Amino acid sequence: MRFEAPTSLNAAIELLENEAGVVRILAGGTDVLVQLRSGQVEPDLIVDIKRIEAMQTITEEDGGFRIGAAVCGAELGGHAGVCKLWPGVVEAVELIGSTQVQGRATMVGNLCNASPAADSVPAMVAAGATARVTGPEGSRDIPVEKIATGPGQTSLGRAELVESVYLPARGVHSSDAYLRFIPRTEMDIAVVGAGISIEMDGNGICTHARVALGAVGPRVMLVEDAATALIGTSIDEAALEALAQAASSAATPIDDKRGTVDFRIKVAGVLARRAAIIAVQRSRVD
Amino acid sequence: MTQTHVSTTINGDKVEYLCETDETLLDVLRDTLSLTGSKEGCGSGDCGACSVMLDGRLVCACLVLGVEAQDRKIETIEGMASGDELHPLQQKFLEHAALQCGICTPGFLVAAKALLDENPDPTETEVRYWLAGNLCRCTGYDKIIRAVMDAATEMRGQA
Ligand SMILES: Cc1cc2nc3c(=O)[nH]c(=O)nc-3n(C[C@H](O)[C@H](O)[C@H](O)COP(=O)(O)OP(=O)(O)OC[C@H]3O[C@@H](n4cnc5c(N)ncnc54)[C@H](O)[C@@H]3O)c2cc1C
Ligand code: FES
Ligand code: FES
Repeated sequence: MRFEAPTSLNAAIELLENEAGVVRILAGGTDVLVQLRSGQVEPDLIVDIKRIEAMQTITEEDGGFRIGAAVCGAELGGHAGVCKLWPGVVEAVELIGSTQVQGRATMVGNLCNASPAADSVPAMVAAGATARVTGPEGSRDIPVEKIATGPGQTSLGRAELVESVYLPARGVHSSDAYLRFIPRTEMDIAVVGAGISIEMDGNGICTHARVALGAVGPRVMLVEDAATALIGTSIDEAALEALAQAASSAATPIDDKRGTVDFRIKVAGVLARRAAIIAVQRSRVD
Repeated sequence: MTQTHVSTTINGDKVEYLCETDETLLDVLRDTLSLTGSKEGCGSGDCGACSVMLDGRLVCACLVLGVEAQDRKIETIEGMASGDELHPLQQKFLEHAALQCGICTPGFLVAAKALLDENPDPTETEVRYWLAGNLCRCTGYDKIIRAVMDAATEMRGQA
């Protein structure tokens, strides 16, 4: 196993391009090291992206924020601007693991690991975030929901990596929230996760919404029917009920030791409703 | 497999070592450098027994590769006391009997110090959440939490 820590994006792409064997990109390593140890992957080359300056930074761009792929959870959580604009995304990232894990784990690593239960992904999908994918042919911006194609599988090409994620600008009466269900209070894998982003007009009517669910299908899903249930309403009791129903209907979970199919379907609706209530409250605090 | 030469700083001292690319920082600390204060409880990021500071951030040494430490600053439990004088957290762990077998203790101490350096006056809830990634199978946590709260009070000079 070779280890490289390039200091530029071009050098990283070149390394990926020139390696014929198995490659693993290393961000925080909180998934990669566990997979190495268990023998789940045996890479020929590891490319550490943490020494690429641009990937370590959070920059304001067109009223939103561009988050470099190597920015760890602790750093994101300490960024006042991102916390104010996208509190739901930050709270989802901060749910990943312990304080120790937060010192390493990145949002982009969470995305590219492509676990259906990844906590930050439903929040990013709800936020309408885009991933900047860069490879030998250049860069393209794609919605984050197009990255994972199934458990542990991504749409990234062989020599491609995610350079950054962009969280867009948003209107004044808007906010977001993420909730997950776990059997404990800390340090566990989501049984269900729900991310919601809403925008209200000056009269308290919802003009825009996005709802995403995690851990209830092979990948995180954007649930358009659930968003439709909110748009055009004041997010009153009837709208919340319709939202919960749409979320439950969209859920196609599996049975496992963490939860049964029936339980997950029900909880998907409950969490969507509760996350919506939090997002509405936050949209008023502005 | 060829070994990589790494230069880094550990507890303020310049250190050089050779390591395989698949060795973790925890392997290097314990097996190559004989800094055996950091413990291996799980090797998968779950227990916090291997907690160290890496460039000022609390991390699990079992989730860092040895080769990643090049030009970084690492602080381990071995750097916590000043000579023979224990750090207030170490002293309070003794006074409150916040340890039994002691395997988890170095990790708790390093993690608790990271908290108090950042937040000298945490609430009990903040302490419990901050330390949620440190597992202890002996004490039931209560004495650990009390020791940390007491050390915080002393360190604020209000004891
Ligand atoms: C104790 C513990 C608790 C955890 N708890 C949670 C939890 O509560 N919720 C949760 O969702 N996850 C959890 N995780 C999993 C993990 O911490 C997260 O998925 C984390 O966000 C991964 O980020 P990373 O930077 O460490 O990724 P890495 O391990 O560095 O990488 C993860 C994967 O993404 C690929 N990758 C990384 N960066 C890029 C890039 N820029 N471009 C392309 N591919 C890339 C890697 O090759 C690898 O396949 C936990 C892990 C541990 C060890
Ligand atoms: S040994 Fe590193 S977290 Fe358990
Ligand atoms: S004292 Fe034994 S594990 Fe904590």
